[in-house]
Amino acid sequence: MTRVLSYLQAVGEALDQQMGLDPTVVVFGEDNIGGTGCDGTLGHAWGPTQGLHERYPDRVFDAPITEAAFVGAAVGAAATGLRPVADLLFIDFAGVAFDQILNQAAKLRYMAAGRAGAPLVLRAMWGTGMRRGAQHSQALYPLFAHIPGLKVVLPSSPADAKGLMAAAIQDPDPVVFFEHKMLYFTQGEVPEDPYVTPLGQAATVRAGRDCTVVALGRMVHVALEAAAELSAAGIECEVVDPRTISPLDTETIYASVRRTGHLVVVDEANPRCGAAADIAAQVAEHAFDALRGPVRMVTAPHTPTPFSPVLEDAYAPSAGQVVAAVRSTVPYAEQERAS
Amino acid sequence: MYRTMRTIRAFEERLHAEFADGAIPGAVHLYAGQEAIAAGVCSVLGAEDYVASTHRGHGHAIAKGCDVTAMMLEIYGKAGGVCGGKGGSMHIADFGRGMLGANGVAAGGVPLSAGAALSAKVRGTDQVSVAFVGDGGANQGAFAETLVLARVWNLPVVFVVEDNGYAQATGTRFHLDSRDVAPRAEAVGIPATVVDGYDVRAVRAAAAEAVERARAGGGPSLVDCKAFRFFGHMEGWDQQGYRGAGEVEQLRATHDCLVLHRDHLLAESEATEAELTAVDTEVAALIDTAVAAAVAAPEPDLSELLTDVYAPV
Ligand SMILES: Cc1ncc(C[n+]2csc(CCOP(=O)(O)OP(=O)(O)O)c2C)c(N)n1
Repeated sequence: MTRVLSYLQAVGEALDQQMGLDPTVVVFGEDNIGGTGCDGTLGHAWGPTQGLHERYPDRVFDAPITEAAFVGAAVGAAATGLRPVADLLFIDFAGVAFDQILNQAAKLRYMAAGRAGAPLVLRAMWGTGMRRGAQHSQALYPLFAHIPGLKVVLPSSPADAKGLMAAAIQDPDPVVFFEHKMLYFTQGEVPEDPYVTPLGQAATVRAGRDCTVVALGRMVHVALEAAAELSAAGIECEVVDPRTISPLDTETIYASVRRTGHLVVVDEANPRCGAAADIAAQVAEHAFDALRGPVRMVTAPHTPTPFSPVLEDAYAPSAGQVVAAVRSTVPYAEQERAS
Repeated sequence: MYRTMRTIRAFEERLHAEFADGAIPGAVHLYAGQEAIAAGVCSVLGAEDYVASTHRGHGHAIAKGCDVTAMMLEIYGKAGGVCGGKGGSMHIADFGRGMLGANGVAAGGVPLSAGAALSAKVRGTDQVSVAFVGDGGANQGAFAETLVLARVWNLPVVFVVEDNGYAQATGTRFHLDSRDVAPRAEAVGIPATVVDGYDVRAVRAAAAEAVERARAGGGPSLVDCKAFRFFGHMEGWDQQGYRGAGEVEQLRATHDCLVLHRDHLLAESEATEAELTAVDTEVAALIDTAVAAAVAAPEPDLSELLTDVYAPV
């Protein structure tokens, strides 16, 4: 059975169900219970952990503001039999715990020649749109995808959020799970029973013959908006959501580009050494023969995220920019044919 | 100090109202209730001294002499704001006034403060640097490491802990096991005192001693201030369900640092009712002017998106 849930509820349901299925799953982070050590009732629990503590009192707990310690503890706990889901709140705070992520979690399996691993999930909010300024708005997934040993997940819909979280928890390796803060209250159909959406499998969220648009995270929605506008003008875009950028489902992307002959990559992250550049480069290397126009990248500019609403709105890629990018790579003759 | 405290209070109460009206974007963390700490500490600092602040930074900025109107423009995200609208409430900085910035990362400013102290020492000035940090932020590794570094480098830095009992919704009863932060400094050889943060004179006295020590080459100190915040952790988000019933009302009635200071000034005949009321009136006008200017100010130019990433060439 499916029903409509928000992205936030879908993450919460995945945590709840996976805890029910596996007694080694533990969940912690700041305010994950919502006010430990207070006189009053529990207050605000950040995000989808609300209510979990009542169901699993010994496996959901708060942490002091000690990211380096609790992320490192997640690595140690994971290596010795638990499946921790640790919450960084904002991905920007990964900075203070980065050694534990980059040198401990990511390297454990390799350095132990496969004799140990760190099956943990790091949850974090990311993305622009909330007017939180440069230290609370970053799209840092390319930074993590760059590190071998980490898996990087980027759900764009409630159904994927649930299935990918289940997969992340069941995965034997460390997974960084990026939850776009502006998607938290978007709604979608979500199956009720537990299910797993495999890591490394892209979704073709819209079929089309004229141009492949690979979009990441919230940009999937921007790409769909652009695709609808272009469709009215006779240009049909195929929108591909990789859903995880490490591992990356290049086969689905190549197959789509082989059908359409054109590629636009839409990415909210900064452009240099970024996810869009990586996807563009891989297509250029492995499917160059299929390309009938230049690859276009639509990304944020190479600046930090500004606070001012007008500047922040100009910062994130827009549907208009995607439309322009598609039009600039799909040849005029083809547009004629399509219309 | 009364004027500073009153300015912070009026600024914060106005922000609370404006935010509720939807006039202000983003995340606003109000300082109201903790004014005695910023005012007391900054009253013993000179214009050349430094402060590094927290996400709850308006009070520190005002007490350090930042322009209230430029701050208001910044919080509204407007052109002409103290950071051009690029920073917002959580990143207010004014290096010309020694305000090294509010910070979006808990304890993010603490090592910066040590760096400013190092800078003063190497440049041979007698400047002192103050790091403000919350009880929650004091759990960060960056804070613990900075204590060690400040001690071994003998830096002219003062750590000011603002223990308001909560980190977001989590109480110090849990996250500090109800302990003071002060002994953590003492453990690495830094002298520390615990102070009544509702009493601006007590804060000032403790800060004066610490700042004097730093200026005289005596190295770092820590002042652990107990206070409370009037409002939730963050505007528009926090119903404070984690606090005891009536806790805020009770504390406001008995531990409002501004009321306590006013009562003291009158009782000691250091000021008259008329003088204090005149200050209140001037401050209210200042805040009105700042808000009107912020509302009227233009949005930043879109070209600003690409500037200041690197120094101009
Ligand atoms: C490194 C880091 N972790 C988490 C946060 C999210 N956060 C912002 S404020 C806050 C609580 C801070 O509590 P405290 O330091 O006591 O300051 P107060 O809010 O009480 O003034 C938290 C957890 C953050 N900004 N930085």
